[in-house]
Amino acid sequence: MAVLLQISEPGQSPEPHQRKRAVGIDLGTTNSLVATVRSGSAAILNDEQGRALLPSALHYDRHGLSCVGYEALGHDLSDPLNTLTSVKRFMGRGLADVALFGEQLPYEFVEQPAGGMPKFATAAGAISPVQASAELLASLERRAELALGGDLDGAVITVPAYFDDAQRQATKDAAMLAGLKVLRLLNEPTAAAIAYGLDAGGEGTIAVYDLGGGTFDISILRLTRGVFEVLASGGDSALGGDDFDRAIADWLRAELAIDADMAPAQQRQLLAAAKRAKQQLSEVEQTELVVGEQSLTLDRGQLAELLDPLIAKTLRACRRSLADAGVKLDEVDNVVLVGGSTRALRVREKVADYFGREPLCHLDPDQVVALGAAIQAEVLIGNKSGDDLLLLDVIPLSLGIETMGGLVEKIIHRNTTIPVAKAQEFTTFKDGQTALAVHVVQGERELVSDCRSLARFELRGIPPMTAGSAKIRVTYQVDADGLLSVAAREMTSGVEARIEVKPSYGLEESEVTRMLQESFSHARDDMAARALAEQQVEADRIIEDIRAAIAADGEQLLDRVELDCLNKSLDELQALRDSSQEHRALARKIESVAKGSEAFAARRMDAAVKKALAGQSLDQLEGEL
Amino acid sequence: MPLSQDYFALFGLPVDFSVPRQALDASYRELQQRHHPDRAAAGSDSEVRLAVQQAAAINQAYATLKSPLLRAHYLLELAGVDANQESHITRDGMFLMEQIELRERMEEIADHPQPFDELEALRSAAEVKFVECEERFVVDYANGDHQRAVDAVAKLQFFSKLLDQLDELEQDLEEL
Repeated sequence: MAVLLQISEPGQSPEPHQRKRAVGIDLGTTNSLVATVRSGSAAILNDEQGRALLPSALHYDRHGLSCVGYEALGHDLSDPLNTLTSVKRFMGRGLADVALFGEQLPYEFVEQPAGGMPKFATAAGAISPVQASAELLASLERRAELALGGDLDGAVITVPAYFDDAQRQATKDAAMLAGLKVLRLLNEPTAAAIAYGLDAGGEGTIAVYDLGGGTFDISILRLTRGVFEVLASGGDSALGGDDFDRAIADWLRAELAIDADMAPAQQRQLLAAAKRAKQQLSEVEQTELVVGEQSLTLDRGQLAELLDPLIAKTLRACRRSLADAGVKLDEVDNVVLVGGSTRALRVREKVADYFGREPLCHLDPDQVVALGAAIQAEVLIGNKSGDDLLLLDVIPLSLGIETMGGLVEKIIHRNTTIPVAKAQEFTTFKDGQTALAVHVVQGERELVSDCRSLARFELRGIPPMTAGSAKIRVTYQVDADGLLSVAAREMTSGVEARIEVKPSYGLEESEVTRMLQESFSHARDDMAARALAEQQVEADRIIEDIRAAIAADGEQLLDRVELDCLNKSLDELQALRDSSQEHRALARKIESVAKGSEAFAARRMDAAVKKALAGQSLDQLEGEL
Repeated sequence: MPLSQDYFALFGLPVDFSVPRQALDASYRELQQRHHPDRAAAGSDSEVRLAVQQAAAINQAYATLKSPLLRAHYLLELAGVDANQESHITRDGMFLMEQIELRERMEEIADHPQPFDELEALRSAAEVKFVECEERFVVDYANGDHQRAVDAVAKLQFFSKLLDQLDELEQDLEEL
């Protein structure tokens, strides 16, 4: 039907929809976003109300997930225990780590056996951080599919550069659960650097200062002829704008003499007041905080006093990363600010002070990461020739194994460019020994107990030999996403030792399977939404095609009545496309418009043929006949 | 990608201790442009796996040639010499004394009135020694005197470790 109207010139592609659908997703602690590249430039995909951000919040009731995003935030005060926010801080973490956050957590947890990830106790049952993150991803995926009119072919998901293996793995598990093909886990600062003008083909050293809600990252990058090399990255995976809010809230609580052992709802109220004050003080000199009946004034000087110790912590991390990168302060050509918390005026002042130059911040700090991820997704999916952009990332934390006495032997040092593979040889210390236990940890400290436990492996099936004669080669490989895999082989016999991986905070395979099954219950809604999206894209296409045809030769080929009739049916289709939630109704209307335009299409075809013939001489025609 | 070739050949460089850094960097970027797993991101799992292995090998080669210590080690390895074999420096009393003095000086930095200046002075001293050992290695290696080259590498290792520890110490001092 519509195809009749597409009279294309030879050699031109009649099908503009060959492009693959790829998106960049910023799965943030406080807010999440999805972006894609459209007509050559990256753009955020808004929700139906035109909002760019999806607050990383979920609300559960006894039927399950009730809502996400802004709607879920609406339950924050009334139903705090069932409203999950800042879920990202729990990804790949054990309950012991969570306790180290040093704060009263407004959630209740379900203790997991064998040190697994803690689950939130909600009205819908125990919900893991991975499940909750998967729901956020699924929501963004639906948004993107509606906007792009079909299934996604792949996504780049961003993570803090400082995320360790368990946190990255948890993020990837969440994407798998949401049914997304992950093209790459991309470090947030790297994404931001990409978003900031690679177009100029510029060269130089860039420091990316990324202060989000729950994490701080500093990355030092060098750009040389289209290759983006991360020289060093560091930071703090448990420091962010939320801590600013908490510092203010603590001050507020002390000033107002509120009992430290308060109800979760009141705690939220304090935090909300603190956050508002923080935001306002970037605009005005002083502000009023109101909590219940009481109120208090906070000015910029006092705010600086509360925030400076936290900001100083970030600047110490900057100094370390510069040293790791072998870059001096005055060799930094540009400083890029990322993350909503860099909106705080005090942060900008201190960063400008430290680096001795005004930081770049003309892109929305909330959006810049998603935009960069979208650009990288476009390259990775193959829509764009990737010859001009390559990212070389580093591993943020050293990988090591436990040795005698609870000490760590480092196998791969932090800031080593990935992918990387390192092999290590072990031997047996008892006659006839057939198994060997390996404990892999991540971190910079010398004691195992100060590092993060990643996994325990047991190498089994070693052929019995005298002590010290077996040679077991263990290879640790970290891929471009920063994820670890391990292989082992006994060298003298060639036996591949069997490895049992017990992820310390990961998900068991059975758990993933169960969660996948649960996600199918949402599948029906998804299918209807997808069908509607497809019809909407079809409607857009036919409207655009016919309008273009009318503009080209509507005057010559149609009389007044025909033209009015066609325009009217197009207006009706447009109205239905914008309002209808019913994909079948929309499909029917599309078909009737297509039918109504057939006569016009036929006349255009005739005219086109005539025109083509008119240009040729009679001789040529006779020769061809 | 012919991974079986030696690291120097991989980057199109002659087998030599002196490595032109710009040529090495340019060649490295070009190799990664072609073989990095991101180039296979939309491909099959096995393509990605292969690319990860290749990119890891390129990174390993690059890291080896970038570091004077690893490069010296590698040159001996190519010459069929085990650089981990026992060197003679454990019998080199002068060298051992020097090491002990340097280490003592390092341990006293934290109590020094100007710890950062003292640290910088010690670092410069260690760097000078490191370069001297490099020069020693170049001569011994060129003369085919492998045992002395092994000794030079062992000394490089000492100074390299000292420099790393000074970096760590600097961080610790900054934390205080």
